[in-house]
Amino acid sequence: MSLWKAIVTRIGYGLLLLLAVLVLNFTLISIAPGDIADSIAGDMGGADAEVIEEIRERYGLNEPFYVQLWKYMSGVFRFDLGYSYFFNVPVTEIVLERLPATLLLVVSAQVLAIVSGTFLGVLAAKNPRGILNAVVTFLALFGFAAPVFWTGILLIIAFVSVIPIFPVGGMRDVTVEGGFFVQTLDLLYHLVLPMVTLASIYLALYSRLARASMQEVLGADYVRTARAKGVPERTVLYKHALKNALGPVITVAGLQFASVISGAVVVETVFSWPGLGTLALQSILARDTPTIMGILFFSSLVVIVFNILTDIALRLVDPRIKSG
Amino acid sequence: MTHPLLSVEEVVVDFETRAGKARVLDHVSLEVASGEILGIVGESGCGKSMTALSIMGLVPDPPGKVTSGSIKLEGRELVGLDHESLRRIRGKDIGMIFQEPMTSLNPVFTVGEQIAESIRLHENASPKAAMARAVEMLRSVEIPEPEMRAKAYPHQLSGGMRQRVMIAIALACRPRVLIADEPTTALDATVQAQIFDLLQDLQSEMGTAIILITHDMGAIAELADNVAVMYAGRVVEKGRVETVLSAPEHPYTKGLITCVPHLEPDPPIEREVLMEIPGVVPALTELGVGCAFAPRCAEKIAQCESAKPALRASPDAHLTACWVAEQEAGR
Amino acid sequence: MAELNSPDDLPAVKATHPAREMAVMFFRNYNAVFGLILLIAILLFTFVGPYIHTVDPFEMVWAPFARPGEEGFLFGTDYLGRDILSAMMAGGRVSMAIGLAAALISLIIGVTVGAFAGYYGGWIEELLMRFTEFFQVLPTLLFSMVIVALFGASLLTVTLAIGVVSWTAVARVTRSEFLRIREMEYVAAARSGSAKDGYLIFRVILPNALPPIIVQANLMVGSAILFEAALSFLGLSDPNVMSWGQVIGSNREYILDAGYAVAIPGFAIFLTVLAISLIGDGLNDALNPKLRQR
Repeated sequence: MSLWKAIVTRIGYGLLLLLAVLVLNFTLISIAPGDIADSIAGDMGGADAEVIEEIRERYGLNEPFYVQLWKYMSGVFRFDLGYSYFFNVPVTEIVLERLPATLLLVVSAQVLAIVSGTFLGVLAAKNPRGILNAVVTFLALFGFAAPVFWTGILLIIAFVSVIPIFPVGGMRDVTVEGGFFVQTLDLLYHLVLPMVTLASIYLALYSRLARASMQEVLGADYVRTARAKGVPERTVLYKHALKNALGPVITVAGLQFASVISGAVVVETVFSWPGLGTLALQSILARDTPTIMGILFFSSLVVIVFNILTDIALRLVDPRIKSG
Repeated sequence: MTHPLLSVEEVVVDFETRAGKARVLDHVSLEVASGEILGIVGESGCGKSMTALSIMGLVPDPPGKVTSGSIKLEGRELVGLDHESLRRIRGKDIGMIFQEPMTSLNPVFTVGEQIAESIRLHENASPKAAMARAVEMLRSVEIPEPEMRAKAYPHQLSGGMRQRVMIAIALACRPRVLIADEPTTALDATVQAQIFDLLQDLQSEMGTAIILITHDMGAIAELADNVAVMYAGRVVEKGRVETVLSAPEHPYTKGLITCVPHLEPDPPIEREVLMEIPGVVPALTELGVGCAFAPRCAEKIAQCESAKPALRASPDAHLTACWVAEQEAGR
Repeated sequence: MAELNSPDDLPAVKATHPAREMAVMFFRNYNAVFGLILLIAILLFTFVGPYIHTVDPFEMVWAPFARPGEEGFLFGTDYLGRDILSAMMAGGRVSMAIGLAAALISLIIGVTVGAFAGYYGGWIEELLMRFTEFFQVLPTLLFSMVIVALFGASLLTVTLAIGVVSWTAVARVTRSEFLRIREMEYVAAARSGSAKDGYLIFRVILPNALPPIIVQANLMVGSAILFEAALSFLGLSDPNVMSWGQVIGSNREYILDAGYAVAIPGFAIFLTVLAISLIGDGLNDALNPKLRQR
C-alpha cells in the first residue's frame, strides 16, 4: 500500500539525514581550535608532550580526517559511539541511560500542549466573542515572549515559597519506598512542573493554530451540510470540524519536535531533570566530545522517528494526503 | 392548494452588519404542497438562499435573526422552536442539497459514512444496517458499484457524483420537503440534465415536495409547478409556472425570461430592450422607500420611487408586486 | 496602456498611497502601537539610561543580595554585590544587538536558500530544501551549544551560532513566496525581456516577496534574543560581556535566595520580545493586502 511505501521512503531518507548529521558534527569538531588530546590530558591533571602523543596514538587522532570519520561511522552502525573520556563508560550506555527521562519529558509536554491547546482553540473558535478567545490571544503572546527558563524559575519560586505542593527538582525522591506503582506515582509527581513549563511554550502555539484552523473549517460548506443533516452541534464541532482542523496542528507539532528537545535542554537544567539536556551541558563543559556527538546523534534520531510518526498520523487523519 | 405541506408566512430576517441593519428577507410568503415543485428564482443576493436557511432554522445568528413571521410544516410552527427540536426536523423532515458539491461533502469521511450518519441520527438503526441503507441510497441515486463507492472519499469522485451523494444524504431519511439550492450551478450542462432527471424521478417515487432555488428560468420552466420570483429580499411575483412564464407582469420577471432564448411569453416581449437587466442588485443597507427594482426598471413611473408596491392578485392566483402592473390591470 | 520597459516603472505611480495606507493600518492596531511604545521605552532605558544612572555594571558596589529598593538599589544587587539596574541597561544593549545581528545572519542565509530554491526549482530546489530539512532535524539549541563549546564563547561565536541554526523558517517562507510570484505575469514579461537571473531574483521577485519575509525577520529578532538568553542561562556566553541572559545565568544558582536577580532580567526579555511580536502582528496586518481590503 501507499502508506507502507511512504513510510519506507521516509525511513530511508531519515537514515541519510542521520548520516549527514554525523558528517557535520565530525567536521565541526575537526575544524574547531584545540584538541581532544589536550582536554583529556587536562582531565588527567596535566601531562607532558609524550603522554599527549600517546593519547593521540590510542584514540587514532593522528590519522587523516576521513579515516577517523570512517572508523567512527562504521562504529555507529554497530551502535558503538565511542568511549566517554569524562564519564568513563561507553557513550551508547550513558546516552541510553539518560534518553528515557528526556523522552518522557518531551512526549508528555507535547501531548499536554497539543491536547489542551487544541481544546482551547476549539472553544475559542466556537465563541469568537467569548473570554476564551482573549485567553488564547494572551497565551499566544506570553508563550512566545516568555523565556522558558524564566517561566520555570517563576514556577519554582512559586512552588517553593508560596504553595509548596510540587517537587521542584530531580526525577525521584530517594526516600520514597514502595512498589512499581508508588515509584511511578513519585515520578509523575516530579514530572508535573518541568512538563508544564515546557508545554507552556507550545500550548500557546497550538491553541492559536487550532483556533485559526477551526475558524476556517467552521465556515466550510461541509459544516453547513452537517448542520443541515441535523447533526448535533457538539458532534459538528468535535467530529466534522475538528477532524479537518487537526491537520495543520499535527503538521506543526511534528515540525516542533527538534525545538521541543531544545526547550527540554533548558527545562532539564532548571529542574535538575536527569536527561540528555543535563548530560549535554555536563559533557560540553567537560569537552567530552564523543558524548556530545552521541547526544546529537540520538536527539536527531528521536526527531526523525517523531517526524515519521507525524507523517503517519497525518495520513490517518486526512485521506487526501497521498505523498509527503 | 387547500392544505400546504410547508408554508412560509410574512417572514422577516434582519442582519446586523457594520454598515447598518439589513433587511435580508422582507415579508416573504411561500407555500408548497406534497408532490409539488416550487421554484424560487432571482439573481444572487436576492434572498433565495436565506429563505432556504430560514426554513432550515440555520440563519447564522449572530448576525442574522428571524424578526417576525411564521414557518409551518404540516401546521407545526418552526419559528421560535428550540434548537433540539429543530435539529430533529433537519435531515429527517426537511432535507437540503447545496450549490457546491465539490466542497459540501466532508473530505475526511467516506461518502458511505456521511450518508449512514444521517440515517443513524434520525432512526434507530445499527451501524451495519445504516451502512446497508447508505449503499441502497447510492444505488437509488444511480451511482454505479454502490458497495465500492460507499468506501470512497469525496475527493475520489467527480462533481456530478458528489452531487448525487449529496442528494442521497438529503433523501436518506425520506424527508417530506427537499430544498435544492442551485443544485446544478457548479456542474456541466449534461450532468445538470441528469441531476434534474434524477430529482424528478425520485420526487415522483417518494412524493417529496421540492423547493428548487435557481437563477435559471429554463430549469423552472422544465421542472416547477409553481414559481416565486425574488428581488432584494422580497417576493415580487408568484403563481403557476404556466401563468407566470406566459404572462409575466413584473418587469424583473420579464427581464429574467428574456434572458432565456427558448422561452417565448405571449404576447412576446420586445427583446432588444430587455436582453439583459441593466445594473446590479442594490446593497440591502441602501434600500430607499420605493420599489427596490426601480433604479433598474425601464418602465418605472413616479409612484415606484415613493412607496413599495405590495403583492396583488390578478386572475389564476397570480400575484405581482408592481405599481406599473397594477396601473395596467386597473385600466 | 503605457508601455512598461522594466518592472521598476510599475510601483512609482502608486508608491506614496499604499505606504500611507500601511501606516494607517498599523496604527489602527492598538496592540501594535502598544508594542511600539514599549520598544521605544526599552530602547530609551538601555541607551539613555546609562547617562543618568552611571554605575559600572561590573563593579562591586554593595554587599551581595541587596533586595530591590534596599539602600537605593532599584533592582537590588546580585551575588557579587553588583548593581542590577546598571546590568539591565548594559545587558539590554547587548541582548538586542545580538538579537539583531543573529536575525540578520539567518535572514541572509534563509533568503538566499529560499530564493534560489523557489526561483530555479528542479534539482536545485530539491537539494536546497533537503539541506533546509537537515537543519530542521537538528535540535537547534543543542547544535548551537556544540558550536559555542567548540569555538569558544565570544560575542561573535554566540551570534553566529544562533544565526546559522535559525534560518530554516525564513527559507521556507521565501521559497513559497518565490514559487508564487515567479508565475506572475510581470515576471514572465521581465523574463521574456531577457533579463538576467540575478536581476530577476533580487530586483523583480524579492521586492514583491518582502512582506512575509519582513514579518518573519521581525519575529526572528525576538527569538534570537530568547536564544541568546537560553545559551547564557546555560553558561555558554561571553563572560566579559553583560547581557540579560548573562545576568540570569550567573545568578541562577541563587534563585531561592535572590529570585529577583533572575526574575527582573527575565521580565525584561519577556517585555522586549512581547513588544517585538506585537509590532510583528501589526506589520502583518499592514503588509497583508488581503486583510487590508476588509
